[in-house]
This record gives sequence, structure tokens and C-alpha cells, in this order.
Amino acid sequence: MAENISPGAPIADQEEVKVQSGRARALAAADLPDKVHTWPYLVRAEFISGCVLLLVLLVWSITVDAPMEEPANPTKTPNPSKAPWYFLGLQEMLVYFDPWIAGVVLPSLIIVGLMVIPYVDINPKGNGYYTWSERKFAIATFVFGFLVLWVGMITIGVFFRGPGWNLFMPWDYWDPHKVVPLTNIDLPYFLGIRSEMVAMLFGLVCVGGWLVGVPGAIYQWKKNSPVIRELGFVRYGIVATLFMIMAGVVVKMFLRHLFNIKYILVIPNILNV
Amino acid sequence: MPPDTETKKKPGIFDVITENYVWRSIFRHGYADTPRNRVLQVSANVWLHLHPSKMRRHGIRYRHTWCAGGLTFLLYLCTVVTGVVLMFYYRPTGEYAYWDVKYLDFDVPFGMIMRNMHRWAAHGMVIFIWLHMFRVFMTGSYKPPREFNWVVGVNLLTLTLLLSFTGYLLPWDQLAIWAVTVGTNMARATPLLGNEGPFGPQLGMTPRYDARALLTAGTVVGSPTLLRFYVLHCIFIPIIASILMILHFWRIRKDGGISGPL
Ligand code: HEM
Repeated sequence: MAENISPGAPIADQEEVKVQSGRARALAAADLPDKVHTWPYLVRAEFISGCVLLLVLLVWSITVDAPMEEPANPTKTPNPSKAPWYFLGLQEMLVYFDPWIAGVVLPSLIIVGLMVIPYVDINPKGNGYYTWSERKFAIATFVFGFLVLWVGMITIGVFFRGPGWNLFMPWDYWDPHKVVPLTNIDLPYFLGIRSEMVAMLFGLVCVGGWLVGVPGAIYQWKKNSPVIRELGFVRYGIVATLFMIMAGVVVKMFLRHLFNIKYILVIPNILNV
Repeated sequence: MPPDTETKKKPGIFDVITENYVWRSIFRHGYADTPRNRVLQVSANVWLHLHPSKMRRHGIRYRHTWCAGGLTFLLYLCTVVTGVVLMFYYRPTGEYAYWDVKYLDFDVPFGMIMRNMHRWAAHGMVIFIWLHMFRVFMTGSYKPPREFNWVVGVNLLTLTLLLSFTGYLLPWDQLAIWAVTVGTNMARATPLLGNEGPFGPQLGMTPRYDARALLTAGTVVGSPTLLRFYVLHCIFIPIIASILMILHFWRIRKDGGISGPL
């Protein structure tokens, strides 16, 4: 028995794979006749990464203390009051949308939207390996939504928002008395529409056109393209609606910052978008 | 395939340590690196048997998984262990909570580091779960047959954020109550169920009786909220999250292990 002790002995499954790119490399790796033993190869990898993580956590916890401010005081509202950093993307949405949209509808749509991904992405390619060329739309959409929108808005919330939820540069003095003119107006008004009724209709056309009209038109136009035919009406509808809502958030942000637009659609007491 | 041990080498440091009377009295024989033993190491070990005993080669690569799922789980375990330590010193009432945390910070031996580790591990968990989701997306690992495990994952993501959010209130300092005030205020605007949401008032929602009041156990973030969040944070959400994690891990095996090209 004892003679068999030979740590790190070369066993056939350790031989290196030629470096190729993308799917070819992934396939080449999978095609090798042997699977590898979990012990030691995976367990070793897990052990090393676990040790490194625990070490970082320990050093971090020794050097940086968890925050602890004054005792809770319901009569003293800090300015700004920030949510925990991982929710600042949602708090940032409050700038652009009413609370029930920013705080309830959009988060629910994010969760539901994430859950439906496997059921609406019927592209069989790119299952289990990194590829850009085989699923450009899926990756571009996800990366935009996650890295640009979500992480981007958290960054703005953490580093660029100060008292009154006004924009500050990280090195600026947080002046609680900073005066920011509130000149936001609604889109119909901006375009010269003065009648409330017409404004409402105009708003409905804009929002409806964006969420239903545009996807519908594209559907009519491209109905017979292989992609949309395979996707089918229901899946296409879900993808298109979610996509347009996400894009709509961006459009609304641009309208606000470029033209000080407050709402596009106003139905008093019921719905402001 | 048995390792090649035919060639006789000079005894190395390893042999000097292990091939002597004392060592052998403790460990009767060494670990023989045979295929059979490699399998047994995994399948006969209570901690490791969740793993398959053999797996496809790419699955062990850092560049495929980033280890992000495993490290999320490790950070979760860290918060559980340190969290239980904190529970020994913490009373979830407006009267005591803040001072109990102060006591932990300044007087309890290793109290500060337990609290720091709990907090930073929780933040780390949020970061790693996002990384994990990102890599699962990038490798297309939510595609058949793993659709449902992705859904389980999204639920875990939601629960992780809720865990962090409920925990944020517990130090009961200014940072805590105002962050939670901002967060729970949104519930006021829930359609139908919030007193300021569309159709809420028409359905009889009032500040005392709506979705937000259910969360905060009252009209403001106060002592009853603290107790409610404490129970959610220490019992309710961890149990559900743990159950879902077990399901998540089991499904990884049932779905054929770590995804790979086929
Ligand atoms: C508490 C949270 C979570 C834990 C502890 C966890 C843990 C793990 C572990 C250990 C793996 C094995 C492979 C790896 O390490 O990457 C895995 C795989 C997987 N996870 Fe998670 N996960 C969590 C959350 C999520 C989330 C948020 C998603 C997606 C939204 C997700 C979807 C998946 C899928 C689809 C796989 C299979 C991947 C493959 O086969 O390549 N998980 N998870």
C-alpha cells in the first residue's frame, strides 16, 4: 500500500488541451475520451478558491469596520437617505417614474423577466460554452440590461447622488442648499399641446405605440423571417414587450436629461408615465 | 490507471516524514492514489458526495464557472456561522438593539470581527451571486435541460437581496432605519395593495392597513418593524433559501452536471 503514495502522479487525464478558441476549444475539451476525477481536480480548485476568498474576507474584516452611526432617530431624516447600495438602481428609477412603477412594477418585471429567459430564448446554440457570434441579440440585451443599466445606475446612486438626490461629482462638496430649478414639463406640453384631452390622447399614442405598436409593426413586417416564425406569436410578444420596456426606461432617462421631460402620458390620479 | 511507481527514487522529505515508526503508528497506511480511491474520496464523504465522482473536464475550469456559485454558497455559510454568534448577543427591540451592537463592537471578545465578517460576507454574497448569474448567462447554461434551475436561481437571487435588506435594519442606527424607510416606502405605492397605489384607497387601503403596514408592522419603521425583520432575517428567509439551495444543487446533478458543449 504505502509504495503507492505518490502525490501528483501523472494520471492520463491531466494532459493539456490545445488552446483553440470558443466552441472549438470547448468541444475539443469535451471530446476527450476521459472525464476527469472530481477528486483531486475539482476539489482542489474549490479548496484553493475557497481559501483565497476566506483570506480576503478575513483581512477585509480586520481592516474595515462595519458602519455604525448614531442611534435610530425617526425625527431626524438624513439628506440624502439612501437605500442599501444593491437597491440604488431602483431608487434611481424613482427619479424618472412614479413610485409604484419604479418601486413595484419595474422590480417585479426584472424578476419575472429573468425567470422567463430560458423559456423565450429558444436558440439552441451556445448551450454550455462562451460564444458571442452565435447569440448576439441575447448577450447584447443581457449585458446592456445588467452591466450598463443596473450596475450603471447603482454606480450613479452610490457615487453621484447627494442631498436632495441631486447630481454631484464624487469630489464635490455636498451642498444641502444646492438650488436646482424644477423646470420639468410633460412631453405633450413641450410639444405645444395645451388641451388636457389631446395631451392624454397623445400620451396614450406614444406609450401604446412604443409598447404595442412598434413590436406589432415589426411582427407584421418580419413575420416570415425564420427567427420570428420559430419564436411564435406568444414568445415574440413577451420578448418584445420586455425589451421595449427596458429600452423605454432608457428613452425616458434621455428625455429627462436632454429636454427636462417629466411625463409622457398623464392620466390624472391613475397613471403617469 | 495505476500511477507509475516502478522507478526507485531517493527518499524525499515526504518519505522521511511518513515512513517512520511514529507516523505509521498514527496513520497505518497512506492514501493510495488509485482511480478507485479517487472515486471513494468523493462518494464516501458526507461533505463531498454532492459532487459527481467524475466530471467532464471543462467543468473544473475556473474560466468556465469562475467558481462563483460555489463561492456564493461559501459566503452564505460564513454569514450563517457568524450570524448565529451575533444572535447570542443581540435583542431585537428598539430599546436594546443599538446598544447590543455597540456592546458587540467594543466589549465582546471577537465581537467586532464577527460583525464585520457577517456584514462583508453578506455584501460579498450579493456581488458573487450577480457574478454567478452573469457567468451562467454567458455560458448559456440556462438552456435545456437547465431552464428550471435558472428559475430556482432567480428565486435565490431575490431571497438573497431580501436577506441583505432585512439585515440592514438590525443595527438600528440612522443608516439602518432610513435605508429601510426608503425601501419600505415603495410598498405604499403597490397597485391595489398600497394606500397610495393605483386603486389602493378604493379597495380600502389606509396607512395602517396596506402592503407597507404588513412589512413594517405599523405606520412607521419602529420597534415592531425591527422584530418583524429580525424574524424574517434569522429564520424565515434563511430556511426558504436553504431549501432552495438544496434543490438547486440537486438539480445541477439531475440536469447532467455542469453545462458543457454538446
Ligand atoms: C444563493 C445563491 C446561489 C448558489 C449558492 C448557487 C450555487 C451554484 C453552484 C455551486 C453551481 C455549480 C456551478 C458553479 O459554481 O457555477 C450552480 C450552478 C448553476 N446556477 Fe446557481 N447558485 C445560486 C444562485 C443562482 C442564480 C441567481 C442563478 C440564475 C439566475 C443560478 C443558476 C444556475 C444554473 C442555471 C446553474 C447550472 C450551471 C451549469 O450547469 O453550468 N444560480 N449554482
